[in-house]
Amino acid sequence: MSVLDPVVELMRGLWTTLKMLGEKPVTFQYPEQKREVRPRFRGRHVLKRYDNGLEKCIGCSLCAAACPADAIFVEASENTDEKRFSPGERYASTYEINMLRCIYCGFCEDACPTEAIVLGDNYELSFYDRRSAIYTKESLLEPVPTVDMTTPRKVEPNVYKRSVPEMKDPQD
Amino acid sequence: MITWDIWLEWFIKALVVTLALLTGFAYLTWYERRALARIQVRIGPNRAGPQGLLQPIADAVKLIFKEELTPGKADKLVFFWAPVITLVPSIIIAAVIPWGESFTAFGRTITLYVADLNVGVLYLMSIASIAVYGIVLAGWSSNNKYAMLGGLRSSAQMISYELALGLSFATSIILANSMRLLDIVEAQKTMWFVVVQPVGAMIFWIATLAEVNRAPFDMPEAEQELTAGYHSEYSGMKFALFFMAEYQKMIVICAIAATLYFGGFREFGILRNTIFSVDHTWMLGTWHITNWFLGPLYLLLKVIALLFGMIWVRATWPRIRYDRLMSFGWKVMLPLSLAITFITATGIILQQELHNDLYYYAGIPVVSILVGLFTVVMVYRELRRKAYERA
Repeated sequence: MSVLDPVVELMRGLWTTLKMLGEKPVTFQYPEQKREVRPRFRGRHVLKRYDNGLEKCIGCSLCAAACPADAIFVEASENTDEKRFSPGERYASTYEINMLRCIYCGFCEDACPTEAIVLGDNYELSFYDRRSAIYTKESLLEPVPTVDMTTPRKVEPNVYKRSVPEMKDPQD
Repeated sequence: MITWDIWLEWFIKALVVTLALLTGFAYLTWYERRALARIQVRIGPNRAGPQGLLQPIADAVKLIFKEELTPGKADKLVFFWAPVITLVPSIIIAAVIPWGESFTAFGRTITLYVADLNVGVLYLMSIASIAVYGIVLAGWSSNNKYAMLGGLRSSAQMISYELALGLSFATSIILANSMRLLDIVEAQKTMWFVVVQPVGAMIFWIATLAEVNRAPFDMPEAEQELTAGYHSEYSGMKFALFFMAEYQKMIVICAIAATLYFGGFREFGILRNTIFSVDHTWMLGTWHITNWFLGPLYLLLKVIALLFGMIWVRATWPRIRYDRLMSFGWKVMLPLSLAITFITATGIILQQELHNDLYYYAGIPVVSILVGLFTVVMVYRELRRKAYERA
């Protein structure tokens, strides 16, 4: 402790800010330079497919029931072996998420019995009007792995009878 | 006899000063934002043009096209004129600041200042005081209590610190034995006044920060308390005028600081008697060219360095409380600057009477620094006593 302490403290403050001048800025130059999202980041939804190209979503509406913001609308229709979208009896003929209502809580992900809906890593959502904020099934669905795996497609009868696959307990 | 070429010369010089201040204002905003950003480990504006150099133009275009609102119950006339009253002094104050040696061209001597007043320092003082009117009137005419408080704070603060500022002006005047700014610059040929009178320069610097309402004395526009202070109700170009006035005042007051204490447009000490001196003349056959163009350059460098000081202080120190600001101004700055003026005058009389330069080069700085330290000790003891009483 000395009487010059106030002056010394002021000078130390100045020295601290001056030192910062030599440091590399931490800024990400956003549109060009993007930051990796975290593994459990909750971004825009993606509707998943099985490896054989069939949709995982079976149109059960559990996600819509779980949604606290009431952002999801699902309408189910019947599958046939001639025109098969997903395993089992039914598929989602309409699947809409209103991104203006969605709060990205991830409850839909938890509710889904087939792990069809997953919150992805896309956070660049912007719209010019309310209509384009409603994402339809076409925009949410994952692209097919190869061209011959599109849905709906004709499959051998009585193969895809079970709508919910055998699943291990979730690891993550 | 005044002929057209003299008018033309005056016109061109006035135009140069005005344009220098206007572009200086624009690029000072860019400079401040970039420097602050780097201190805060950010990058700052870098999108508009290379290194963000077109950012001031983008800002200007934005402000010009913004809607201008006048509060319904405002005093329309005063509300309109207040920004103008603030802006004009900040430009015309630059008229007396010399920015280079005179040189000969077109068969006549061209001097690098707009006006050569023999009471230049007095002119600076008086014009600097006018600016406060604009701020007070803006605060009053807005019919908004925050604006009113901001304007009142500003006037009280400026009047309080103007005393210390004036006395540190006086110190420089005593050292140079003249109120003419060119003489003050000439007197610093051998030694800058900041070396002879460091405490005076310090007081000048602190009073300057208060005078241009910069952090840590930016009470009139303390965002947390007064939204934006006296210009809360101003928008669009009227706001831009206040902004311009503030930044131009910063530039001008840094130029004044450079002139009064840092050798003005003269070269740095080590460059004296070299080819980089402003006095050096190139003998190219029949052509004799003095280094007059280095004068503005040196002044610019000094202003940029001093402006960095202002930005640096803003990035570092928090705003001080208003009552402490006032008591610091009246109880510390004013007595200290009085003491400094007295010491300077005594030192010069001793030097002249005893014909010993030691009183000038050693006596004044040493005694001033001792008095400065004594002040720091007294402030410290006072703060300790108050803290003890509170506890």
